[in-house]
Amino acid sequence: MSDRRPDPVPDDAAVTGPPGTVEHVAEEHGTSLGKQALDRLRHDPLALVGLLLILGFVSVAVFAPWLAPYDPLDRPGQGVVTPTNIPGPSAEHWMGLDSLGRDELSRVIFGARQSLLVGVVSLLLGASVGIALGLLAGAFGGWVDAVVMRLTDMMLAVPGLLFAIGIAAVLGQSLLSVMVAIAVINVPIFVRLLRGSMLAQRNADYVVAVRSLGVRDRQVVLGHVLPNSLSPVIVQGTLTLATAIIDAAALSFLGLSGGDPGVPEWGRMLAETQRFLASAPHLAFFPGIAIVLAALGFTLLGESMREALDPKYRR
Amino acid sequence: MSGATVLGGEIGRPSTGEPLLQVRDLGVRFTRRGRAPVQAVDGVSFDVAAGRSVGLVGESGSGKSVTSLAVMGLLPPRGVEVTGSVRLDGTELLELDDAARRDLRGADMAMVFQDPMSSLNPVVQVGVQVTEVLRRHRGMGRAQARDEAADLLQRVGIPEPRRRLKDYPHQLSGGMRQRALIAMSLACEPRLLIADEPTTALDVTIQAQILDLLRELVVGTGTSLVLITHDLGVVAGLCDDVHVMYSGRIVESAGRRELFARPEHPYTGGLLASVPRLDAPRGEPLRPIPGSPTLTRPWGTGCAFEPRCTRSDDACVGDAPPLETVRGHGVRCVHPLGADTPAEETR
Amino acid sequence: MLRFIVRRLLLLVPILLGLSVLLFLWVRALPGGPAQALLGERATPQAVAQLNQLYGFDRPVWEQYLRYMQRLLTGDLGVSTTTRQPVLDELLRLFPATIELSVFALVLAVGLGIPLGYVAARRHLTWVDNSAVLASLIGVSIPVFFLAYIFKYVFAVRLAWLPATGRQDARIFSEHPTGFYVLDGFLVGDTTAALDAFAHLILPAAALATIPLAIIARITRASVLDVVNEDYVRTAEAKGLQRSTIRGRHVLKNALLPVVTVTGLQVGLLLSGAVLTETVFAFPGVGSFLVDSISNRDYAVVQGFILVIAVIIVVVNLLVDIAYGLIDPRVRAATMASGAPGGFVLDGPLDSKDGGPSE
Repeated sequence: MSDRRPDPVPDDAAVTGPPGTVEHVAEEHGTSLGKQALDRLRHDPLALVGLLLILGFVSVAVFAPWLAPYDPLDRPGQGVVTPTNIPGPSAEHWMGLDSLGRDELSRVIFGARQSLLVGVVSLLLGASVGIALGLLAGAFGGWVDAVVMRLTDMMLAVPGLLFAIGIAAVLGQSLLSVMVAIAVINVPIFVRLLRGSMLAQRNADYVVAVRSLGVRDRQVVLGHVLPNSLSPVIVQGTLTLATAIIDAAALSFLGLSGGDPGVPEWGRMLAETQRFLASAPHLAFFPGIAIVLAALGFTLLGESMREALDPKYRR
Repeated sequence: MSGATVLGGEIGRPSTGEPLLQVRDLGVRFTRRGRAPVQAVDGVSFDVAAGRSVGLVGESGSGKSVTSLAVMGLLPPRGVEVTGSVRLDGTELLELDDAARRDLRGADMAMVFQDPMSSLNPVVQVGVQVTEVLRRHRGMGRAQARDEAADLLQRVGIPEPRRRLKDYPHQLSGGMRQRALIAMSLACEPRLLIADEPTTALDVTIQAQILDLLRELVVGTGTSLVLITHDLGVVAGLCDDVHVMYSGRIVESAGRRELFARPEHPYTGGLLASVPRLDAPRGEPLRPIPGSPTLTRPWGTGCAFEPRCTRSDDACVGDAPPLETVRGHGVRCVHPLGADTPAEETR
Repeated sequence: MLRFIVRRLLLLVPILLGLSVLLFLWVRALPGGPAQALLGERATPQAVAQLNQLYGFDRPVWEQYLRYMQRLLTGDLGVSTTTRQPVLDELLRLFPATIELSVFALVLAVGLGIPLGYVAARRHLTWVDNSAVLASLIGVSIPVFFLAYIFKYVFAVRLAWLPATGRQDARIFSEHPTGFYVLDGFLVGDTTAALDAFAHLILPAAALATIPLAIIARITRASVLDVVNEDYVRTAEAKGLQRSTIRGRHVLKNALLPVVTVTGLQVGLLLSGAVLTETVFAFPGVGSFLVDSISNRDYAVVQGFILVIAVIIVVVNLLVDIAYGLIDPRVRAATMASGAPGGFVLDGPLDSKDGGPSE
């Protein structure tokens, strides 16, 4: 019953402790942590699936105008469509038509653009602010730290969606407010990540060594601590991108992304299909699956990366 | 062939008849997906007579801990192959099913581990961790078990035992935790106690106390003791017979005095020589064993110690040296130390 | 122990204050000015002037805040512009539905999640474990409203096993003393009504429970895998204890600790998920009313609801924190010994969500 496994043969590179010492030990043994991680990833089927999904998603978004058979605003099937008869998938239209006669496949393809845009922008925004605040909190400590931590505690007290709703209400219903909202709710995560990393490394041997050589604190932080915090940030960033895509869809589902209803956005497309669920389920199915696949890609890759970088972590 | 040479132990009782524990040709192999299998223990045989104490000495990776886990039946069910024979009082343990071994563990044979902090359940009271053994194997009721537990804690030298019953592990000091663990292991008066590095994780001052405690308990109750350690000093103070292990095999077996006075295997000699001595002349350099434990040769291609041995030659490569009785010791070496002139001591 | 609880309660105060400030500022930041926002677009200038005077919007900020706090503490959350009822009344009217839904979802998530996680851990590296991991990864990648659609389509539209919308069949007339329909049905002896209400709960609760279930299963699995490799489990084995004893007292008791924390965190997820799920199923709870209020620009409702929901979450997190202190003896000792507040609940020693502890 016990999984206890005394290891008679010492494993390669004892990987424990804060990022600084890990790098050091790993390098001592000839392979950098990054290379070890890449090695693990290569043999991880789920990571490969995730990567493929991500590449697919990004390519579809980038090459949308060339991939989509129709313009998403065109209504090729206008004559055919009635409120009770919305054709599903056919040879002509692989994902069928929507309630206004537009080609669903093209709309789903173009919808990827918005999801990718919102996801990436809000992630970058949220991560930068979060990292900056976390660095400050970790570097200065004292009351700066206390204030930042109380702020993040407060932000985390309100569930993300509600917070986003609040922000969208203030900023008006637009794509910008969705991006800002999602950025804001992700700030606390990065704050904690950086702060945690800083605290862990503060007492690391290499930091003490470097400081004893007289290197000034700012240089220590920017030149040494920050690069060593990079991998957890990348992992978290990937995972956050997944949730950002889902949150963006949720917000546009609620109508908060405003803008021209003609412009395809997966979440909004799902909201519009409420009425047609019985007669035209394909209108809900395809955008929904698209969201799932996009988010899944980032989730799989992110989780695999997390496992690759921290051997003690299990999925 | 038996591995232990019994010579007048002063610690345990003199041997009578069948040994309590008979290990014959024990082998343990770990298999892992995508990696070569590892033979952690290979052809290990030794006896432990009733009331005697036996030491298993070696570095990490020698297989001493795995041997003890195999005897206790604590190896994981998957990914491990155990071969050979382990007989406790005539019963073949390796043929028993899980339920039967579970009945024996804690009652007839018990084990104490290295790190007392992590070996105790942090969210359960110490008292419960003692009474649970009593209630499981001796069917005691709650009140009776508590009384017995308090008594046990007292016997291992824990002051105010009644209060300690309600404490949680983090409220006890390292020494007290180890005492509590010893109490748990002896609660049902096992005939065999295996102690795996019981003092390594403790402060030096506490180490001596724990060792004294073990000695006192073993002598007093006639329990057989298997002591696993890398520390020769511990062995010297506590064990009647000693087996030295290297890379999964026993390389030397002898009585305590004989081993320390006239080691035969070069590895044993190296271990003894590497211990710093107070009476050595100043400025004399320390003498470690060259190389490291990873610098070994697989037994199938010769003697595993050969790369680090100053006495090795072509005879040491090819077939693994067999275990033979040489001058009263069991020795696995073709160039044992005693073969040299008596003047060349490795002291 | 009491000191521990009191200390935690004291932490509550700054957070609640912070929330009130946040929402106070939020109302003033709304387009058109606060009075406009609270009264709606069709408000007459007189009404606006009246409100300005009442709420003191022309007064200095700090005075406004004090008045605001005063109103909050007496339960005055404003009036809904769509229903013309006090926000508090609407809240009380609708909350039981959402609570019923959330509780049911939580029970599902915990009741299924923990055993699933445990089984996956015990069958580590087999197909059972691998599929469980994959399933939970997919589970957290599905937006809850899409899942709601799928359930609705498959079970309500296609198979017609369960109702698609609402809380109760329109043809059933029953008393509702508590507002919890299933409970009420049993209380008044109308089992048909109770079962009908239950049937209406199943789909939304299942959709709502899926993501928390995936998370709880994952945490349980990871925790059990960790604990099973701990030295004290080996000691328990060495003592020859029965499997059930080891499983219960040694493995689960330790493994479930982080699960407690995580479950507490799920409450927030459940309440915000309820917002989306209720919309899809036209379930008349706090969530769907909130969504309607957003599109109707009924900001009094939005503010009031968000405030109350946030307070509930904060309180629940506090309770989880206290519960955790009750079950883990090390936490109690640490908190009292160090004298440090020990941080908000999300900084629990086994918080696996993010980068590190807050203290």
